[in-house]
Amino acid sequence: CLSLLSESDDGNFILQGTQVKDVVIKPEAPNTLLLDKHADYIAAYGSKKDDYEYTLSEYLRMSGIYWGLTVMDLMGQLSRMNREEIIEFIKSCQHDCGGISASTGHDPHLLYTLSAVQILSLYDSINVIDVDKVVDYVKGLQQEDGSFAGDKWGEIDTRFSFCAVATLALLGKLDVINMDKAVGFVLSCMNFDGGFGCRPGSESHAGQIYCCTGFLSITGQLHQVNADLLGWWLCERQLPSGGLNGRPEKLPDVCYSWWVLASLKIIGRIHWIDKAKLRSFILACQDEETGGFADRPGDMVDPFHTLFGVAGLSLLGDEQIKPVNPVFCMPEDVLQRIGLQPDLLN
Amino acid sequence: MSSVEEISNPVAENLEEDGVEEENTVEEAEMEYEEPVKGGYIFYRDRKEWADLEPVPQDDGPNPVVKIAYSEKCNKSSDCFGLQKGTKSVQVTCILHESVVFDVCRHYRRVLLQALDKDLREEMKYITAIIEDQPKNYQVWHHRRMVVEWLNDPSEELQFVAEILSQDAKNYHAWQHRQWVMQEYKLWDGELEYVEELLEEDVRNNSAWNQRHFVISHTSGYSDSAILEREVQYTLKQIKKAPHNESAWNYLNGILQDGGLSSYPGLLEQVTELQDTCSSPYLTAFLVDLYEDALETNSSSYDQQETLNKALELCKLLAEEKDTIRREYWNYVSRSLQNTYGSGDPVASSSDPPPPSSSQQPDTEPSDP
Repeated sequence: CLSLLSESDDGNFILQGTQVKDVVIKPEAPNTLLLDKHADYIAAYGSKKDDYEYTLSEYLRMSGIYWGLTVMDLMGQLSRMNREEIIEFIKSCQHDCGGISASTGHDPHLLYTLSAVQILSLYDSINVIDVDKVVDYVKGLQQEDGSFAGDKWGEIDTRFSFCAVATLALLGKLDVINMDKAVGFVLSCMNFDGGFGCRPGSESHAGQIYCCTGFLSITGQLHQVNADLLGWWLCERQLPSGGLNGRPEKLPDVCYSWWVLASLKIIGRIHWIDKAKLRSFILACQDEETGGFADRPGDMVDPFHTLFGVAGLSLLGDEQIKPVNPVFCMPEDVLQRIGLQPDLLN
Repeated sequence: MSSVEEISNPVAENLEEDGVEEENTVEEAEMEYEEPVKGGYIFYRDRKEWADLEPVPQDDGPNPVVKIAYSEKCNKSSDCFGLQKGTKSVQVTCILHESVVFDVCRHYRRVLLQALDKDLREEMKYITAIIEDQPKNYQVWHHRRMVVEWLNDPSEELQFVAEILSQDAKNYHAWQHRQWVMQEYKLWDGELEYVEELLEEDVRNNSAWNQRHFVISHTSGYSDSAILEREVQYTLKQIKKAPHNESAWNYLNGILQDGGLSSYPGLLEQVTELQDTCSSPYLTAFLVDLYEDALETNSSSYDQQETLNKALELCKLLAEEKDTIRREYWNYVSRSLQNTYGSGDPVASSSDPPPPSSSQQPDTEPSDP
């Protein structure tokens, strides 16, 4: 039974003293999809280059561009973005080692190398960069145990295993790495609950699970997943509000509408989520005035949550949005053009 | 690309500094003594060995827009000093404490640390302060790990992580660091006690349950029946305290997977006993798993038909009443059990996945009933 409700800092109601950590969606929260507002929000984002928040996020600019372009393409609005400027920007971000940085003058990293390759795939302009050098860079980050470092400083994380194979798959060069070892490392990160963490022994986390199931899809190893067990763990992320969290006893966040939902789609169990309730949660995360999506209802919007809210709705079957590929988080038509069809379980 | 060479060049680097006290506002190129920040970190300008150096005007650097933004919005002072030491010039910039800054500057910082043979103990104090300020940034934790490796000294680590966890007991990065330290330096002693303390504070802390599994897996293991029994009883005790606790039930399930739920002595009785006072969807789900295990192993201690009926009944209860948001899952389990262990015709449903096809479009997904 619901007993105590208290108000959080952002005006959401949080259930306390009950058994479930969750938010309560207010009746006046948005319940229709405001695609035009979101397109306007993204199109205008970053036009004021001296905006404080924009400046502070320079360290991830390449990923920010990928989020913006992908959501615009999913909404059929890609033409509103400045293709030439972005392509020139990406060219300026490739380093001698082949790796690509988040922004001009920053250091290269696997995260931003993937984002750059995704953007160039959207624009069918992959050859503006030195593709062979990108492949060398990715290959060079594989470690003895099969894992991948994010950059030369050696941080290891299954996120980087995903970035590596996704990048190479988009370039048609998966064969350059030691596949057996790469798979072996990811599988060593499988936990007793069927989930995956960032390194062996790390707590299962929906973001890491997305990376690992995406990895296993690209490498044709989905049969190694315990789909029923993992699918159950994933559908347990759904809270009474309809939203999804990333691990037990955490609040829901709209980006998990992507990490959890895409993982479920990959392992063929997306129907284990109550779709209507999730959709109403996602819609409630919109900001009717500014456009865009926030992590939860009433919070500040940003491009990251906007992409994953829209992509989540696409996975749920919203026909106003283009179909999105659950492994790459890119429009399906782009992957069809490239000729990439990663495995999904049934 | 010229900007790349500029960054790699140790001359005209930017070293990030910790924030200064808010009430101090310092004009550019003016030297003023600040109080050391928490953790005992001392700014370069306060250090005796740097005191005789002349400041040089600030270089514009590769991203003037970024610098202007910092100095305008920074509510702490933004001092810019250029110091020359030997043949290397080190530009010391004090800027607003944001995670972005560390991400951008970590490369310069590490290159300089290695090139200038800086005191790594000082670096440890620095990174301690930064992590306390930005505990959810990947890079700051990785940097700390590098310093620990360079020093080959983990003696402060468990205490430090415990402090961070006292502020946020589920900080994912903190737990990763803790696991790395323990495995690398074999510091397993006392960890089970630490996990129990955390579970006393919050029995629903999934990270702590994961850590429990981590510690035992890497030390005694679960194959000793005394250890397994200890863990089962400990978990059941926690469940009695807070029945609606996914982590505890996941843990119980996880540690008993290998041996099998239905054959564990006394388990069915103990769990069934909990039904009156400690009922939850997790308990019911656990019973379904237990019955399924009995069916799968064709256990002689269980009447197969009765067990199947009980399992189906519980699935129906969950789908229709206790866990309706996951009704699709419970209906799936029900059908699977029927089809595998039932004596009648196979059961299908409109929400079963379609036969394998090469299309991955969302519109091939089954619709909800």
